[in-house]
Amino acid sequence: MTSKRTDVVIIGAGWAGAILAKEMREAGRRVIMLERGPERKTAVEGTYPGSIDELRGAIRHRLFQNPAKTTVTIRNTVNQTALPYRQLAAFLPGEGVGGAGLHWSGVHFRAAPDDLRLRSHVIERYGAKFIPDTMNLQDYGVTYEELEPFFDKAEKVFGTSGDAYKVNGEIVGNGNIYAPSRSDHFPLPAMQDVYTASLFRRAAGDAGYHPYALPAANASRQYTNTYGLQMGPCNFCGYCSGYDCYMYSKASPNINILPALRNDADFTLITDAHVLRVNLDSDRRKATGVTYLDQKENREETIEADLVILAAFQFHNVHLMLLSGIGTPYDPVSNTGVVGRNFVYQTITTSRAWLSEKQYTNQFVGAGGAGVAIDDFNSDNFDHGPLGFIGGSPVWVNQAGVKPIAAAMTGGGKSAPRWGAGYKAGLVDTYRHSMAMDAHGSNMAYRDVYLDLDPTWKDSYGQPLLRMTFTWKENDIRMNQYVVGKIEPIMKALGARRYELGRLEHGEAFDTRKYQTTHLGGGAVMGTSPKDSALNRYLQSWDVSNVFVIGSNAFPQGMGYNPTGTVAALAYWAAHHIRAHYLAQPGPLVSL
Amino acid sequence: MMIRRLIPHVLHGIIALAMTGRAMASAPDPLIDKGRYLAEAADCSACHTHNPSAPYAGGNPFVLPIGTLYAPNITPDKSHGIGEYTEADFTNALRRGVGRNGKPLYPAMPFPSYARMSDADIHALWIYFHDGVAPSSEAPPKNGIPWPLSMRWPMTVWRWAFAPTPKMAIANAARDFPAADIARGAYLVEGPGHCGACHTPRALTMQEKALSSDQSAQYLAGGAAVDGWTPVNLRQDDRTGLGRWSENDIVDFLATGRNLHGSAFGGMSDAIVHGTQHLTAADLHAIAHYLRTSLPARKNETPWEANPAVTNALHQGHLPDAGAKVYVDRCAACHRTDGHGYAPAFPPLAGNPTLMDKDPSSLILIVLRGASVPATAKAPSSLTMPGFGHILNDQEIADVVTFIRHSWGNTGSAVSANDVSAFRRHNARWINDTPSNPFN
Repeated sequence: MTSKRTDVVIIGAGWAGAILAKEMREAGRRVIMLERGPERKTAVEGTYPGSIDELRGAIRHRLFQNPAKTTVTIRNTVNQTALPYRQLAAFLPGEGVGGAGLHWSGVHFRAAPDDLRLRSHVIERYGAKFIPDTMNLQDYGVTYEELEPFFDKAEKVFGTSGDAYKVNGEIVGNGNIYAPSRSDHFPLPAMQDVYTASLFRRAAGDAGYHPYALPAANASRQYTNTYGLQMGPCNFCGYCSGYDCYMYSKASPNINILPALRNDADFTLITDAHVLRVNLDSDRRKATGVTYLDQKENREETIEADLVILAAFQFHNVHLMLLSGIGTPYDPVSNTGVVGRNFVYQTITTSRAWLSEKQYTNQFVGAGGAGVAIDDFNSDNFDHGPLGFIGGSPVWVNQAGVKPIAAAMTGGGKSAPRWGAGYKAGLVDTYRHSMAMDAHGSNMAYRDVYLDLDPTWKDSYGQPLLRMTFTWKENDIRMNQYVVGKIEPIMKALGARRYELGRLEHGEAFDTRKYQTTHLGGGAVMGTSPKDSALNRYLQSWDVSNVFVIGSNAFPQGMGYNPTGTVAALAYWAAHHIRAHYLAQPGPLVSL
Repeated sequence: MMIRRLIPHVLHGIIALAMTGRAMASAPDPLIDKGRYLAEAADCSACHTHNPSAPYAGGNPFVLPIGTLYAPNITPDKSHGIGEYTEADFTNALRRGVGRNGKPLYPAMPFPSYARMSDADIHALWIYFHDGVAPSSEAPPKNGIPWPLSMRWPMTVWRWAFAPTPKMAIANAARDFPAADIARGAYLVEGPGHCGACHTPRALTMQEKALSSDQSAQYLAGGAAVDGWTPVNLRQDDRTGLGRWSENDIVDFLATGRNLHGSAFGGMSDAIVHGTQHLTAADLHAIAHYLRTSLPARKNETPWEANPAVTNALHQGHLPDAGAKVYVDRCAACHRTDGHGYAPAFPPLAGNPTLMDKDPSSLILIVLRGASVPATAKAPSSLTMPGFGHILNDQEIADVVTFIRHSWGNTGSAVSANDVSAFRRHNARWINDTPSNPFN
């Protein structure tokens, strides 16, 4: 074992890690970044046409975590025995430089103001009794107004395309009427609507809703970002989610941040470095650095650092905190402890319309971040009082490019035959003439939904696996069913010859076998009190003040929106306060 | 017969240069800083740095028809570098192409251009290479040139016949210019920058046909292929030169490796990465201003004018020829059916002078091998075009190259499958030399 010294060690080379690395280098600190997976450069293994091989990419998980080395165990409820998840399906964490930021779609939202202070907001509008006893509803501890400059900063790094609605309080455009005021326009105009998105825009308007273009970190034009880094314009090839973008149009750490660091002698990126633990001093109040396994040499290495940034994927951050003893593990019986608490997901169900046989929906084109959405049933944009649930869903057409294998697996929809001539006819009809729309909803936090270390199963490094205890709860099922019901008028306005509404059913358990979303959240949440949050409002560990934990692990609830935009803003927010206050005077940024 | 250089690891070089720059940044002697700047202006490291952790320790191979030369170690190391040189020896090497032992240097060393440098600048370079560069004991490989071509004395004859004496060179450099910045630009281009070494045609006996703008309209009129790439005409020819580039366009290109007209490739990437990106804005403007004072080299060339015929045909769904089909399938996503590209991310092909050169080598090589835009400090992205050499056959490459040379108002000779086949045979080394490790 050897030892190196640096100022800042960052675990993970995704968006959060890349943002913190750039910010720490701007502050003059030496940075070592550790990435568990391999180097990934779009110009090398992302090159066209090899990169758009669906079998190798989306099906065999080219850019995703390899569960043969380490995985999670999963169970639905506390009285079950969790088993290791040997084939990824429901969610797909990234691996390698860029992390999930390389294989994501590109939908780039700002969190809704109400969602950031959901507990306070619900109490103000509906009263404290509206919150079920078993729900751990919490505030982030930071407001939209505080985060706004960092949302803006992130969009200008990502080259985000979108329509603003309000800039500095003035209505300026055709954007989302429910979106809060912005300090500036999007850096690029909105992506164009594909045919199905334009149909949805008209039908949703006819149904009385308020359609808007999804904000997309898919560049609608060529763009040079804040760091002088370039993007090409999206050509709607449809290979965003699950792929590296060979047009350089989907924002990724690999394109939008890391090239500005690669020539910097005080920035070191070490790949194939699996971090085993954060090392703490004897009273466990200060981190001394990290120990990782150099997977090329199969050798343990230690890095000593003044500041340790956990910027791995959501549940890997939580796993590392539990393995390292940072903060108190959550206990669902007493509802105390914070690490593993408020593990959340999203409720996503897909509905489908079959249009007339004269309407070709060209589903092979698309862009992962583009589409048209309505927010009429998201967040608290509608009166929940008579409904008796908390949360909501945007609804959208987000045609991201249907690939051949995916189309074949969809077949002719739920009611169609799964084989034979009927399957083939249904597949052709569905591919040519149908369109999909999603209810992309929130998921609240509950006392008995959490993360902890598995008592039985270990990974190939000899460490306990992370255990997920997760299932759907009535509040979220009712929310999903309510919003999906609101899709019906859109189906009618579309003139669909038939349609299927996808929704969660009462009592339905979380099914790990089918892909739903990789938008996992919580487990090490930010907040206002160390009693119910692992991190303070600057994403600093309450317990070990030289550890910051950046990612969707900080979300106390799963929001209806895609998480990356908020993760990026929180990363810049945390970095700003580290630079402005912490570096000059290390210690807790919030005193108790 | 011409000099071919192989500079295989462009980006390693950048890293080396950046690290040297940092290590030396606190040096107190302003002469060292001046010398470092001149070494960048003279692009010394493009040839003399091979291993990024040993700047100026030599080793870059020059692949010549007669064998392979290796750039020597020019660090102040006493046994492997120039540590035993006196300032007079150093000056002699730079201006006359004569080594310390009296041995003539191969004219891969652009001493006919360096001869124009002022005494003060040569002195600053000497101070830098003597005091500002870390000695390295790396020894480059021995030159692989067999006897009798390994004999150096014919170089003396060559030098006597074709190279200017330092006195003549300095006198010519001091000629009258219409403005001070043009004089400065001429000095940088003709002297340390040695732009003509690649961009001026050479005679059969390998000397450049002109060493300065007053000698001939052949000066900077485009050189013969270097490592498979054809250096473009830098004169004011509208179609095949820089006639449509503004002063700012030239400055942007030299500072960042890209502008709205195109992106750098081949040997120019090295020149920008090791050299021009480090120059001050004033010097870059001086270079641009000077280049803009040249006259066109080609008297009968008509100006380029956009012709929408092909664009219209493609937009109506017609594919005029086999090349158009390959173009739409393989190229148009980035370079567009109208050939405008998405500059500065993806360069335009319509009106691009490098594509209308009478020698289509650069275009064929880019299609075969692909290319990365060089990462520079101000523009760190190295957007990369993939190579199509393993996907397209000779006929398809000939078709698409001809299509590009004949569309949107472009003109250039047609390229046949036989031309592509011959190009593949003669340039296998450069085709298989995959683009250096890009930043993204």
